[in-house]
Amino acid sequence: MAAASTSRLVPAATTKKPAASGRVRRPGAKGAGIPKGMMPPPDRPLVNPGLSRAQLLEIHRFMRLNRMLEDKLTALYRQGRISGGLYSSLGQEAISVGTAYALAPDDLLAPMIRNIGSMLVRGVTPLDFFQQYMGRYESPTHGKDGTLHFGNVERLSIIGPISHLGTLVPVMAGAALAARLRGEAHRCSLTYVGDGATSTGYFHEGLNFAAVLKLPFILVVENNGYAYSTTCDRQFRVASIAERGPAYGVASESVDGTDVLAVYAATQRAVQRGRRGEGATLLETRCLRMQGHAQHDDMRYVPKALLEAWAKRDPLERYERFLVASGHATPDTLRATAEAIAPELDAAADAAEKCPPPSPEETLKGVYKEEGYEAPWWPAA
Amino acid sequence: MTTTYLEAIRQAIWEEMEKDPSVFVLGEDIGAYGGAFKVTEGMLQKFGETRVIDTPISEGAIVGAAIGAALMGMRPVAEMQFIDFISCAFDQLTNFAAKNRYRWGAGVPMVVRGPCGGGVRGGPFHSQNPEMYFVHTPGLKVVAPATAYDAKGLLKASIRDDDPVIYLEHKFLYRRIKEDLPKDDFVVPLGKAAVRREGTDLTIVTYGAMLYPCLEAAATLEKERGAKAEVIDLRSLLPLDRETIVASARKTGKVMVVHEDTRTGGIAGEIAATINEEAFDHLDGPVLRVTAPDTPVPYSAPLEDFFLPNAVKIADAARKLVAY
Repeated sequence: MAAASTSRLVPAATTKKPAASGRVRRPGAKGAGIPKGMMPPPDRPLVNPGLSRAQLLEIHRFMRLNRMLEDKLTALYRQGRISGGLYSSLGQEAISVGTAYALAPDDLLAPMIRNIGSMLVRGVTPLDFFQQYMGRYESPTHGKDGTLHFGNVERLSIIGPISHLGTLVPVMAGAALAARLRGEAHRCSLTYVGDGATSTGYFHEGLNFAAVLKLPFILVVENNGYAYSTTCDRQFRVASIAERGPAYGVASESVDGTDVLAVYAATQRAVQRGRRGEGATLLETRCLRMQGHAQHDDMRYVPKALLEAWAKRDPLERYERFLVASGHATPDTLRATAEAIAPELDAAADAAEKCPPPSPEETLKGVYKEEGYEAPWWPAA
Repeated sequence: MTTTYLEAIRQAIWEEMEKDPSVFVLGEDIGAYGGAFKVTEGMLQKFGETRVIDTPISEGAIVGAAIGAALMGMRPVAEMQFIDFISCAFDQLTNFAAKNRYRWGAGVPMVVRGPCGGGVRGGPFHSQNPEMYFVHTPGLKVVAPATAYDAKGLLKASIRDDDPVIYLEHKFLYRRIKEDLPKDDFVVPLGKAAVRREGTDLTIVTYGAMLYPCLEAAATLEKERGAKAEVIDLRSLLPLDRETIVASARKTGKVMVVHEDTRTGGIAGEIAATINEEAFDHLDGPVLRVTAPDTPVPYSAPLEDFFLPNAVKIADAARKLVAY
């Protein structure tokens, strides 16, 4: 497989022992103060795993849309036009888009808070997101929840997350189990955790459950270095989360999360294993969270050298360089893509703002099944 | 042929699995072993290992996976080997299952069931009554049958319900309670209490295994002094049948609530508040409580006997109330 050079399978026998003592490099060394393993992996050239030109450009459009949509949301947040928490996926767009793009439309997908790109790939529109962030009645939650906390299993095969990290791991194992019970064993399920959520009990319970029942489940770990302000060396003692795969008896890989094609190819391999009945995959994707935990966080705790090193690995810029170098795009066509997105986002934001808020009495509705709350109302059939 | 409370539970699951292919069971030791109390005995042989799933010891994963399956259109029935262990799945129940319909409209039709309650010397971790953690969570339903008929009918209704139900089966009743059950399919609707004994002088509200000492105390009271106690078996704790409670309070003017759950934050407080709000003018005495004290469930016989309400304690409180 062409893209295998950018990833590595972790065989059980070669699992590395963790460092014997402290993981922080000595002062004065390059990357001082940066826990070991947080600097970017080697910068390898992107390799097309067999995607058509149209597909390559579609991936680009999703990544660009992901970034511009979040830029727009940030602008609205700063203007006070949306409230609550706003969590950025800057620097992580390749993971959302690459993983979601490798799934079939009926594979089950559960985004976490930084996976707006995954939902875009599934067909969620900017208008949906703007309405949701603005708490409008016509939003996917009638204004009862914010952020990416929504889904629709029947129409989009999306299960919406909650804020409690790791809870989706057993839930998505159960979704894969249900697909098997329904005679739809070809349907894989995929969800995400960050480096921080690998420390939860649900991570272990859910992954082990999927392993034992040999479910076609893909657990993507977005190792972005930080859980809020806590570095990943305070979450685990392994060099790579992929090392945990053999311990669970599941396949595992670690890939460069700034290389959308490597992420896509690794997810494809996981999907194929799942469809062949070979069970679950633990997929680590390495990246750095390029903004604070949420918009309020200035992330002064992130060393400048670390940010600079990862800034050179911007997933969108890397991918655009690849597209130009491989002749699939020119700087002009890439610019045209962005220029077409901008007015679309402006129009969607304006349209969302004109939508009515929910009536206060909406508070009391839909706790249990009742008329109008029998099933998700969004997206309209 | 009489059917035990335990067999009634087994029949409900069995019949629903026969009727509806989306119903399946999962839990610890429920397959080949047939469950720690044998509630699922024979199901593996009948329905196969795809629908009778032995799981790892992971209550969080059992309930989490049930949620995922329910969102996919299945109707999972998850067993907690003892209901005490439901605390391990607290997040999944209170934050995922309970809030999903409210948030984006997708119901989570699942049942989490397991043996609750004391009286069998199970000690602090095999005797608990965790209902109020969940009664305090909008979006969940909580039921606690006291009879074999209700055990079967409430479980069938719970499995068919489109929202998540916590089904508390009292292990003390498993093989002690039996009755003739109708041959035909029946359900007991969620949210409806049953008046087990009509009366005019006071009302005793209770549920679960406490129904029996309440009935015993009511009989004692009538024999002793001719006082007629009405006994209400709640059957469902969430939704709570406030209508039946309030109607009885208005009729008798004297109400006491009996539960095996501990005192502070028990449902007796909620019932007393409801009566204050809706039947205050009809009251001829305070709403009294007979409950377990605010301690863990102790193991040793004299301790557990002291801990649990019984017919003597209930009759004592009833005499006090009647005297008002």
